[in-house]
Amino acid sequence: MPAPRTLLDKIWDDHVVCTPPGELPLLYIDRHLVHEVTSPQAFEGLRIAGRRVRRPEATFATPDHNVPTTDRRLPIADPVSKQQIDTLRANCREFGVKLYDLGDADQGIVHVIGPELGITQPGMTIVCGDSHTATHGALGALAFGIGTSEVEHVLATQTLRQGKPKSFEIRVTGRLPAGVTAKDLVLHIIGRLSTEGGTGYVLEYTGECIRALGMAERMTVCNMSIEAGARAGMIAPDATTFDYLRGRDFAPRDFERAVAVWEKLPSDPGAAYDRVEIFSAADVVPQVTWGTNPAQVVGVDARVPDPGSFTDVNDKSSAARALDYMGLAGGMPIVEIPLDRVFIGSCTNSRIEDLRAAAAVVRGYRVAPSVRAMVVPGSGRVKREAEAEGLDRVFTAAGFEWREAGCSMCLGMNPDTLAPGERCASTSNRNFEGRQGKGGRTHLVSPAMAAAAAVSGHFVDIRSWEYR
Amino acid sequence: MEPFTTHSGLVAALDRANVDTDQIIPKQFLKRIERTGFGQFLFFDWRFLPDGSPDPAFELNQPAVQGATILLARRNFGCGSSREHAPWALADYGFRAVIAPTFADIFFNNCFQNGMLPIRLTEAEVDELFKRAAGPGYRLHIDLREGTLHDDAGFTASFTVDPFRRQCLLEGLDDIGLSLRHTDAIAVWEAAHGLPAVGG
Repeated sequence: MPAPRTLLDKIWDDHVVCTPPGELPLLYIDRHLVHEVTSPQAFEGLRIAGRRVRRPEATFATPDHNVPTTDRRLPIADPVSKQQIDTLRANCREFGVKLYDLGDADQGIVHVIGPELGITQPGMTIVCGDSHTATHGALGALAFGIGTSEVEHVLATQTLRQGKPKSFEIRVTGRLPAGVTAKDLVLHIIGRLSTEGGTGYVLEYTGECIRALGMAERMTVCNMSIEAGARAGMIAPDATTFDYLRGRDFAPRDFERAVAVWEKLPSDPGAAYDRVEIFSAADVVPQVTWGTNPAQVVGVDARVPDPGSFTDVNDKSSAARALDYMGLAGGMPIVEIPLDRVFIGSCTNSRIEDLRAAAAVVRGYRVAPSVRAMVVPGSGRVKREAEAEGLDRVFTAAGFEWREAGCSMCLGMNPDTLAPGERCASTSNRNFEGRQGKGGRTHLVSPAMAAAAAVSGHFVDIRSWEYR
Repeated sequence: MEPFTTHSGLVAALDRANVDTDQIIPKQFLKRIERTGFGQFLFFDWRFLPDGSPDPAFELNQPAVQGATILLARRNFGCGSSREHAPWALADYGFRAVIAPTFADIFFNNCFQNGMLPIRLTEAEVDELFKRAAGPGYRLHIDLREGTLHDDAGFTASFTVDPFRRQCLLEGLDDIGLSLRHTDAIAVWEAAHGLPAVGG
């Protein structure tokens, strides 16, 4: 009898093209997602070497990082951003790659539109020149971020040179308490694993809690695997996955036959992981980051830690440096931290479910006078769906700005940035120094927590929110 | 790609853990469509004060480390974004090697694509190097063929590199060119998985 295999083993085994003697395995790549920032040099490399894209039909492109989220009919003000977007357009035309361009109804953040269009499917290998490619693992794919040289390699060969990563089961027992979201869960996990606890591993999230999550929540969890150092996070496909995919643009024509194959993907009973950690969902409270990496996180009911409370010398110096940058003092209650800005969006939390959760909090309230708040839907589809449900009016009536789809203030490559010293509650994935704008201070939270902070002008515990 | 066999150079010490790629090359400089010219923006937000002048407190601005080609850092170097602009900026600035206890995976892979050697040493060895690099003009000698490095005052350490990556670096090989030798195997895989043959 063959040895029991994990989800990772099964996808890996199925995609190894060959392992030439003395070389790393060549892994076949089923889907390649491309955006404007990490691809121009890859296409240029192909051009210089006279190479072509091996499988244009497996490659999908969209501009997202650089794009303005204001009126799309206006020209792009930043000439360098415009050049990068124009370059993507020209490259897609030259190499025959499908492009969801700025004016396209389905343009959006690459990690939102991949699943939304059904491009992402269970059992696939998916790469993109973007570390948050881990998102797609929520559908039972092996998906990870790569560098631009590797983008070029995939374009030319439809494969990647890759050693097999180790497997790491993150088992979450029980159910999340009321008011606690997938974002809180993943921040809680990162806080315990540290920013490098997952390095060298693929995380597979398992357990009752994960099975109970919807697809958007699963994407939030897998998305942030990279913040624990893991290139990929994955969740075995199940009825939730299949129901999500059925009827989507690129879903297999013979869907039931595909489901029969996908049902064989989950890890076999007794399959061994290289490492296992068990978390209890009941332990998770709404999370707020206080520092400059996502593992510097505490519950909303806690206080900003004192650097002296850390035993490890690196943790101690990192905490001191982070508090200095963040303009915070150890011992300060999280709920007393005042805010200037609120950003609801990013590949972590910009799906319709995220916007519904935020809108439910905001309904009947006004954004605090001291706060400027912004909602940036993850895709044109999410935006239209939200508008059909009237969520845009809930947000704008409360004083939020309602924007066009893109990465926006998650990384501030477009004009949506923090000014130096501005403090932001953000549903994005990274609170690194300067991430949202030089000198900007980012606190990562869930959409509901961000919405409540916008209304209150400071963090509040969403578990005691009075919904109107 | 420029081959890497041996390298001797001045060491710059950056005594920080979790140096992310947003710090190595901030996002406002990712809009270029070339691979070159990123060195001027390396560690931009740390290197320069708001008025554009070099921050005299920043490690790489110390007169003693001008011309450094080996960067020493704490654990989890290169975490965060997959941007290959990070190794491009380090290489363009003049670095040929980075030494740290641990590296983030994507950054680690990206280094090899650019003739730059990331070297993992133990925490204790890195501690010792930080002590030694505190003195002026501290130099290290790296030999990738042997997988060793040493200084001029008795420090020696060994490191391992994946044999394939090592060979590519030693010979300056083009990864894609090597992989294209296996086009037949790729076509066999595609046919076995029901994909139409790639034309021409």
